[in-house]
Amino acid sequence: MKKHELPQDKGSLDNFTREVCYVKNKNGKYEKGLSTGWEAKQVALDNAWEEINRIVAEIKQEVLNGKVSPVKYYMELNVMDLPVLAGYTGFFGWQIKRHMKPSVFKKLSDKKLQKYAEAFEISVVDLTNFKK
Amino acid sequence: MENFKHIQTAHCENGVTVNLLQRKGLDFFNEPLAFGIGSGLFYIHIPFLKINKGPAISFRSMPGAIFKRTCKVLDIDVVHKRFRSKEEAERFLNQQVDNGNPVGCQVGVFHLMYFPKAFRFHFNAHNLIVYDRKDDVYSVSDPVMEVTTSLTREELEKVRFAKGPFAPKGHIYYPEKVNEVSDELLRKAIVKGINHNVRDMLYIPSNRTGVKGINYTASQIRKWRAKHGEKKAGLFLGQIVRMQEEIGTGGGGFRFLYAAFLEQAAERLSDDRLIKISEKITKSGDLWRDSALQMAGIYKGRITSQKDFEYSADILNEISALEKEAFKELKSFKLKY
Repeated sequence: MKKHELPQDKGSLDNFTREVCYVKNKNGKYEKGLSTGWEAKQVALDNAWEEINRIVAEIKQEVLNGKVSPVKYYMELNVMDLPVLAGYTGFFGWQIKRHMKPSVFKKLSDKKLQKYAEAFEISVVDLTNFKK
Repeated sequence: MENFKHIQTAHCENGVTVNLLQRKGLDFFNEPLAFGIGSGLFYIHIPFLKINKGPAISFRSMPGAIFKRTCKVLDIDVVHKRFRSKEEAERFLNQQVDNGNPVGCQVGVFHLMYFPKAFRFHFNAHNLIVYDRKDDVYSVSDPVMEVTTSLTREELEKVRFAKGPFAPKGHIYYPEKVNEVSDELLRKAIVKGINHNVRDMLYIPSNRTGVKGINYTASQIRKWRAKHGEKKAGLFLGQIVRMQEEIGTGGGGFRFLYAAFLEQAAERLSDDRLIKISEKITKSGDLWRDSALQMAGIYKGRITSQKDFEYSADILNEISALEKEAFKELKSFKLKY
């Protein structure tokens, strides 16, 4: 990539930083260039978030319909997957999967609920009183 | 701390390595050298692992490998510490910083407050330098940023003890003793780095890694549209582009950075043949950028036929062939130091 080809597009890096890319200068030598962003990857990032938000909305509806427990909703809301949530709670993946069933979730002890609440950085009340 | 010099780099781990080694007297050290000597270039389509149900791809070696290899080959003693207790981790950090010893810290990005929300995923192998503290605020040099920043005590503890895959467990590291690096040792380090990269790109017995891995991804791309539908297949392509271009790669999935290394290697080893290879890797980086543009056309919904997916895959096959050629030539040089 030549220095003048380095994209300077607007995007998620705005008000944060420009990033270093390696570009060829006029003499054909490499040097550091600074870029404000590149539209091609910005769209990829935007799409990824759009997909996350779509899934979160979908699961919210499933929780309201009593199909899954709020554990699943908050997991997706925090962009977590099973290994990450397992890391934050200390539960095994298979336990978390069970806790995603509304019938199992209802019977969870306060101690377990507390672990989830801490992982999601919300209160136990917010976790169990799922509304909206 | 006085005279702490912030250095911005493309990649965080290179940045920490360069900064800490420069401080210890290796003032000629720079990012391409760290990346090349640490043989950071790689390609892997990771088996069994899915991210958002899509492909998990990496364009570089394992987190931590660059610093480790670079220090090993340059005969530098490194201190690594991980902690069970947060208090212990904090005490150790404070001790180092109060003694005027900036240290590298591995952190998770999800709770890294100075990052924009859009970048905050559960990625636990980010690296930064802590170089000072006053009351409950730590001075932070994050190599991907243009300027230094800061974190409160609580914020720093949170990111040092992020959970999940690659959990940092308070990981702290720094070079302890750096001997003088002679020209001869540096040449040896460069050659070793290149040879290691030749091995990684050509000879790992798996069709998911190195130049074969790129073809593997291409073969997958050809199937995605029929298997997952346009939209999902487009999201998968977006994932490749993000791994390839997201902040930290220096562009073109680290290829430009590696080409810059080979340019320096040519000079240090007085070997013009390496310039030719540098140019090939530059070409490869340009092709990676072309493939990103092609894929972007697809996930923007502008071009979405099977033919367009095929064309993306064709570019990847071309890249694979080009990189194969480049690394085969590197091998045939039988570089000496």
